[in-house]
Amino acid sequence: MVSAFTSTINAAQVQEIVLDNGLKILLLEDHKSPAVTFQVWYRVGARNEKDGKSGLAHFLEHMMFKGTPSTGPEEYSRIIAKNGGRSNAFTSSDMTVYFATMSREKIGIELDLEADRMANALLGEKYFEPEKKVIQEERRMRTEDNPASALSEVASAVAFTVHPYRRPVVGWMQDIQNLTRQDLVDFYKLYYAPNNAFIVMVGDFSSDEVLPKIKASFSKIPRGPEPPTVDVEELEQRGERRVVFKKEAELPFLLNFYHAPNLKSPDSFALDLLTVVLAGGKSSRLYHDLVYQKRLVRGIDADYSGVSIDPAGLSIFAQLLPGIEISAAERELDRGLEKVKSELISERELQKAKNQVEAAFVFAQDSIFGQAMKIGYYEAVGGWRQMDGYLDGIRRVTREDIRRVARQYLVRDRRTVGTLIPTKEKSQ
Amino acid sequence: MKKLLWYAFAIFISTSPASPSMAAMVAKRTVLNNGLVLLTSEQRALPMVSIELLIDAGSRNEPADQAGLANLTSTLLTHGTQKRSATQISEALDFMGASLSTGAGEDVATVSMTVLKKDLAAGLELLAEILTQSNFPQAEIDRQKQAVIASIKAREEDPGAVAATAFAAVLFPKSPYGRPVEGTEATVKGLQQKSLQEFYNRNYRPNRTIIAVVGDVAEQEIAQALNKAMKGWAKGTPGKKPAPPAEIGKAQTVRISKDLTQANIVLGHNGAVRGNPDYYAIQVMNYIMGGGGFSSRAMDSIRNERGLAYSVYSYFGAEKSHGSFQFVMQTKNETALQAIQIAKEEMGRMREQPVSEQELNDAKDYLTGSFPLRFDTNRKVAGFLAQVEYYELGLDYPERYADLIRKVTRDDVLRVARQYLHPEDLTLVIVANRKKVGEK
Repeated sequence: MVSAFTSTINAAQVQEIVLDNGLKILLLEDHKSPAVTFQVWYRVGARNEKDGKSGLAHFLEHMMFKGTPSTGPEEYSRIIAKNGGRSNAFTSSDMTVYFATMSREKIGIELDLEADRMANALLGEKYFEPEKKVIQEERRMRTEDNPASALSEVASAVAFTVHPYRRPVVGWMQDIQNLTRQDLVDFYKLYYAPNNAFIVMVGDFSSDEVLPKIKASFSKIPRGPEPPTVDVEELEQRGERRVVFKKEAELPFLLNFYHAPNLKSPDSFALDLLTVVLAGGKSSRLYHDLVYQKRLVRGIDADYSGVSIDPAGLSIFAQLLPGIEISAAERELDRGLEKVKSELISERELQKAKNQVEAAFVFAQDSIFGQAMKIGYYEAVGGWRQMDGYLDGIRRVTREDIRRVARQYLVRDRRTVGTLIPTKEKSQ
Repeated sequence: MKKLLWYAFAIFISTSPASPSMAAMVAKRTVLNNGLVLLTSEQRALPMVSIELLIDAGSRNEPADQAGLANLTSTLLTHGTQKRSATQISEALDFMGASLSTGAGEDVATVSMTVLKKDLAAGLELLAEILTQSNFPQAEIDRQKQAVIASIKAREEDPGAVAATAFAAVLFPKSPYGRPVEGTEATVKGLQQKSLQEFYNRNYRPNRTIIAVVGDVAEQEIAQALNKAMKGWAKGTPGKKPAPPAEIGKAQTVRISKDLTQANIVLGHNGAVRGNPDYYAIQVMNYIMGGGGFSSRAMDSIRNERGLAYSVYSYFGAEKSHGSFQFVMQTKNETALQAIQIAKEEMGRMREQPVSEQELNDAKDYLTGSFPLRFDTNRKVAGFLAQVEYYELGLDYPERYADLIRKVTRDDVLRVARQYLHPEDLTLVIVANRKKVGEK
């Protein structure tokens, strides 16, 4: 297996440069194809919001497209498009990220535009109210009219009591309604500065050529204030929490959330593999048992997110087959989870999970955008250099480690169980 | 619960940008002895191989009273062969960390596989097995019928999907293009093992199949390996060209009421086929009107100016035998009628006045400049090559594309807008809370 990776990318090939104003630049040359992806990561997200101001980071992301003194509203997207590029942005709990992918000849345009809006975004009053409506439509589309996401939102709000991960990134509807332009301006001044951002650039470029260009665009932006840190530790959960959510839907939905550490913990490798053992592929334990043998659920998914700034968790999701009682699916799921805590998995299961992770690692390098995202996530959480030890960390995990982390983290008293109960008022 | 929080952004991410490999995309075409058309592109940077198959085994090949037959057949390919059980197949795939997925559309069925280079031989062996020796065990048929019926129900929860299904049914009545590929609960329940086996034997044939292989393997090597792995795969009856839908449905309004905060709207009508010489002018015209994301007029007038919608776009779908035009948006129930009115005005405006020189040039610059971003990864190159063969575009298509777009004029855009947009003759599907929409 090892030989497969000798020719592939690792952290050793990433170059790090830090400008005087504190802006960190991470460059990875990849000449597979003649394109470059350029991303600006701001170290701010829903995690940095205050109560009553949920959705602020995301609202600001939208308003960053409304122009600067030298670029008109929505002109950013047009300039990138007419130069053959694709661009977008997203906000998470931890970060706000702006990106474009273009040919190497054109990427300089994106560089200048990003530097411009890091320092000079207007957040124009005229565009504030229409954009608020757009965001409210976004929330309706993604959350309110989507039964599984509506359930997830409430479950998050219950699983976390004090930590800001309890708030939806898009914001609560009432909070979005109450946000003011001044909120955005203050947030922008506080968090959008070179010392609170980093750049990730991956693709077909020469670092020697591109670095002077990045410096020319960004080094003139002055360092900003040191943004406040978020020092909130989630309280230890003492006792299971249950959320029941009722909505017009066709099929019930079940989710389990367990608190777990992030990738700063050495347990993160075993937790990654545990999710693969449980639900990675059709031969995985839970899929084989609940989907294939017992025919209780349509599909099942387990997700552990080590790449979160503060400890988040391990989630298991399943949509039920028609006519199945939620309690029956829950019982069988619990049985499967108890088993991985009481018995060692087989050597072959462990090897299979490692093979899946290693293959996925190679496949992920097929995309320059995917590689840039990975570098960005690691940098946001624990520093990009941590990527380097990833496969070694995975390879060292033993069967005993899997059982140990299952026992330690898949604990009933520290979980939140969410269920969606479909209601059907057959309508007018 | 990161993933939960992350949910909110799934759509943004799915539109993630791509990186090109046009310069690197040197492709070769070969026809194997059994009629299988093979396209290859050697990409040595990563130790992986991606494979994409298009098989003339879509739902247009099934009788209307057995709707869902093509889909169930494709699902069952990975659920049992003469040599391996469903469980053994998934175990083999997972142990390699490989992905193998199957699916069916109206015209073609697809099989996609990605494996590490070191597992290529084992992957091809499994691929050959599912294409030539699937045996449709009754227990697996029962399982997958249940899964398909659940999937039909799950679609009911997705208002956009409900609207799209209703729109197709109005536009192409009495046609495979107007009915869901999955079938209905009743037709799926009635499907028999014998029909599945017959459908498979008739349609899954090498002379009805295109295979594209992209990655860390030479063309000769893959041709030899395929000849060996698929030597038992015999030619069958060649496929027939897709027939146009028997009739185009009259424009009508379909209202579906659900307990929703938003109205999910599809406005549209008949379109143009892929082979239509106006195809490229239509693409340019549609980019300006509603296809061009943040550069489009619809995004400007409906989203940016009025804040009526988060997502709004227009789309010309062009297949071999048929095409459709759709204008798609979501807005809160209360503003549905206003948004529909503006959409119609945008269509009217395209027909009444020529677009500006600037709009035309911006559209052309995007379409030509971003073309290489459509095949940024090995997997996308494989998909692209299979499509190029299927639509008979020729391997020189990437070189010809820019000229096809460049020669479109403002007059062409006006002409195709007048010919292919009919704002007075639209089918309207609206999935919403009807009371709040406030319609008569």
